[in-house]
Parts: sequence; structure tokens; C-alpha cells
Amino acid sequence: MGDYLKPLPVLDVDGRLFWESCKKHEMALQQCLSCKQFRYPPRSLCPICHFPEAQWTPISGRGQVYVALVMCRSYGPAWEHDVPYNISLIDLEEGVRMWSNVIGCPAEDVKIGDYVKISYEDVTSEITLPKFRKA
Amino acid sequence: MTGLKNKCAIVGIGETAVGKLPTMSSMGIQLDAIRLALKDAQLRPADIDGLLTIQPADDPRRSYALSVAQAAGVRPNYATDLALGGATPVAMVAHAAMAISAGLCEVVVCVLGHKQATGRLGDRRGRLRDGLEDFEEPFGVLGAPAIHAAVAARHMHEYGTTSEQLAAVAVAARRHASLNANATMRQPIAVKDVLESRWIVKPFHLLDCCLVSDGGGAVVVTSSERAGNLPQRPVYIRGFGEGHTLGPLESPGLTTLGGKHSSAVAYRMAEVAPNDIDFAEIYDCFTAITIVTLEDYGFCAKGEGGPWVENGRIEIGGELPVNTHGGLLSQAHIEGMLHITEAVKQLRGDGVEVERQVKDAKLGIVSGHGANLGAHATLILGRQLN
Repeated sequence: MGDYLKPLPVLDVDGRLFWESCKKHEMALQQCLSCKQFRYPPRSLCPICHFPEAQWTPISGRGQVYVALVMCRSYGPAWEHDVPYNISLIDLEEGVRMWSNVIGCPAEDVKIGDYVKISYEDVTSEITLPKFRKA
Repeated sequence: MTGLKNKCAIVGIGETAVGKLPTMSSMGIQLDAIRLALKDAQLRPADIDGLLTIQPADDPRRSYALSVAQAAGVRPNYATDLALGGATPVAMVAHAAMAISAGLCEVVVCVLGHKQATGRLGDRRGRLRDGLEDFEEPFGVLGAPAIHAAVAARHMHEYGTTSEQLAAVAVAARRHASLNANATMRQPIAVKDVLESRWIVKPFHLLDCCLVSDGGGAVVVTSSERAGNLPQRPVYIRGFGEGHTLGPLESPGLTTLGGKHSSAVAYRMAEVAPNDIDFAEIYDCFTAITIVTLEDYGFCAKGEGGPWVENGRIEIGGELPVNTHGGLLSQAHIEGMLHITEAVKQLRGDGVEVERQVKDAKLGIVSGHGANLGAHATLILGRQLN
């Protein structure tokens, strides 16, 4: 899988455990130990109550489409064969919103309000991307 | 709370050529903008004691404001970079007024110049990053259109806004650019042309998206008192405000942005209401952002912006002329600096082609928006002190 040409996340201090949970196909988010809010993207402080400590908690994997877009422009050779592809903002049951892709159906078929379920895509030996399919 | 209402004025403006400037550096563009603004104000480099700059993405050197000061022969008592994306130029004018009113300096130059069209840097020299790339780019969320398309998609979903209504914004901008000698895209277009332009990221067609440009602009700000002794008719800073959001992932919704709070602060300082405003220069990186901003600014109710912009209402001669220079959509993308210089020209009353002069323009509002939906700043400018 050394020929993967799309951008990959950097496993930095804040994000490493998130990406490692995805690699295990058990995506987890930080849940504040004080106010219980989940947070995303990963960071070292709860933005609601400023309590620093959190527990990495596995998510249900269920969510709903908040925005569905169809990317038609290719931003470089790595994307040429993908366009048109879906990009979506997904509202997870845990109360956070993330960018991802709804796969397994034509991009045009993804609509706001669709229920989705997580679907892991192992793109390199290091990185797994959390994507979604219609539930 | 009227704060710094009328304390300061814009007394000089400079606009460089726009479009593709392959033989100029970002620094060179900024020096040219400063030269033009000082010439307009009839001031010399030694008269400048304040400088506000923005780090251009293609020149990520440290202490940027000081690099510009040194290159321009300016020895400032107040100098810094601001970093609010497309809200930066509007915020610069506000920060200049704050610094002058605080007694730090008397004459501030605010400058922006960049090379988006011909100056893209490779990785060898590094690039400024937005910060959330790790959670966007792996999913193909690339470029500003995608994040702004999310605003359009939600507005269409929540309020029934149509592609035709988005297109009306682009049509108005193009009509105004057609009347502006320093505009990039001057061939008039119709709604049909927008709808038939290729898709970039649905729901945005190509012509819903702004240009990618080289160019720059600068403005000179001083106290209203001192402005009276300078040759140009002063344009008074009546009010300003800022309002920033939590961005696309953590904001509660995407159809109201920072402009709602930012404009409320500016209106309160200026002691005016939306119906007092004669024209608006709205940060139009994408057509939907113009509509959302007009709503956030109170020109129409939330959700009504789509039908509101149709039928020439935002064109010169209409109820509220918007982006009388052609905006980012058709004049050039200079991150909103030329929205400010255009407002100044309109309020001076003798600075633009006669066909695009707003009749009896006394009060104009300027918006800045940027940082992937995060930043917003508002400026209210007046021809008179009241």
C-alpha cells in the first residue's frame, strides 16, 4: 500500500490515539471526565467545561448526515478517478460533527438526514479512515 | 456604547493592478500598494508611525510586519500582523483606529498583498496551514469551496434557497465589474451562465466561486482631527465590530455566521440601523456567503436572502447596491482589502466610473469573512460625521 497518494493525517500528540482507534476499527472519542461531553477533533481540554482529563470512549458508529456535498473538481492526480465523490458532515450519536465520506452508493444519492453507519477503510498499513455507509 | 465612533478616518487608499502579476513578489505588491496609498494621502514614509500587515501564504517569513516596515522605509511605533483570514483587512482598519485612539501612533498604514494566482509555494518553502487539515484532507475535503458549500447546502435545505438565487449574486457582481476598469472579469453574465458553468462542489458551480488573484491594496488611517488637514476628503470610521465562530465542526449551525454579532456591535457604535445604509461591500468568496451576510446584517430576515437578492435589488440603481466594484467574484480576490478601498471611493463621491457611483452615498458597510467560516469583521464608513 506504498502507492497511496492522498493526504494522510499526521499522528501528532493530540491526534494519535484517535487514529490508532480507527486502525483497530473501534473508533473512540475523548469524553470529558467532568461534563461527559464528547469532543472532536481531539484536543487536550474540554471546550465546554475546561476540564483537562478525558476518557477515550468507543462510539456507537451511528450517525446522521448534516450536510452532503458532491465534490466534482479533482484536486490533483490522486483524486482524478474519485470525482464526483461525496463529502459529508456527519452528526454522530455522541453529539459531535465530523467530515467524512458516505461510500457504497452514488455521491448524488446521499441526502441531508440520511442515517449512516461507520465503515472503516484501511488506506495504508498505518492509517484507517472512518467512513460511513447508509444505514 | 459608541466607543470609537468618528474618532478616526481613512485619508488615503491604494489599489494595485489585479489578476496575474508574475513579475512581482508579494512584498513588491505590498510596497506598490503602500506607495499608492501614501501618494493618494499626500504623505511621506516618514509620516507613517503605525503598520498593520497580514502574512501572505506564499511568503511565510517571521515578523512579517517588520519586514514590510523595513522594506517601505517606515519606522513604526506600532506594528503587527493580523491573522483573521478574509476578515483581516476590515479588522486592520478597526485596529488602526484603536491604536491611534490609544495614543500609540498617529498615522497607520494597513496593507494586504498576495500572489494567489502565480505565487503558490511548493512544500520546499513551507506553507501556512489552516490547522484542521488532518480531519479534512484525508476525506477529500480540499479547498475553500467545499467548506463554504456546506453553508449553501444547509441554507438551501433549511430555507429553500435555489441555485438561481445564488446565481443572482454572481450576476450583480459581474455587472459591476463590467463597469470597473481595474476588474478581472468584465464580460456580463446571466443567471443561465452561472447554472451552466461546470460544477466545482455541489451545490456550487464555477461562477458561484470567487477568483484566484494576485494584487494588493492599502489604506491610511489617522485621527479625524488630523484628517481635516490632509488633502483628501476624509471618510470617517463610524463603527466597527468583530464576531468569530467555532468553525464548521463546532458551530451549532451553518446558516448564521459571525456577521450577526459583528454587525450588531458596529451598528451600535455607529448609532445606525440597516435601513440607514446606502451600499454594502460584502465579502463574497462564494455567492452563498453574500446571502448569509446580508441576512446576518439585518437587511432581510434570516432565510429570506435568496429571493431578496433577485431582480436587481443588489445592483447599482437597486435598493441596496452590493459589491459595486465587482467583489471577489468578478473584480479580484484581494481578501476584501479592495472592498474597503471601493467603499472609500464611493463615499468620496469622485473615485469611481460614473456609471457605478451610488447616488448620494453617505453611509456604507463593509464585511470581512474568513478562516473557514471562523472569522468575521464589520466596518461602517461615512461621508460625514453624522
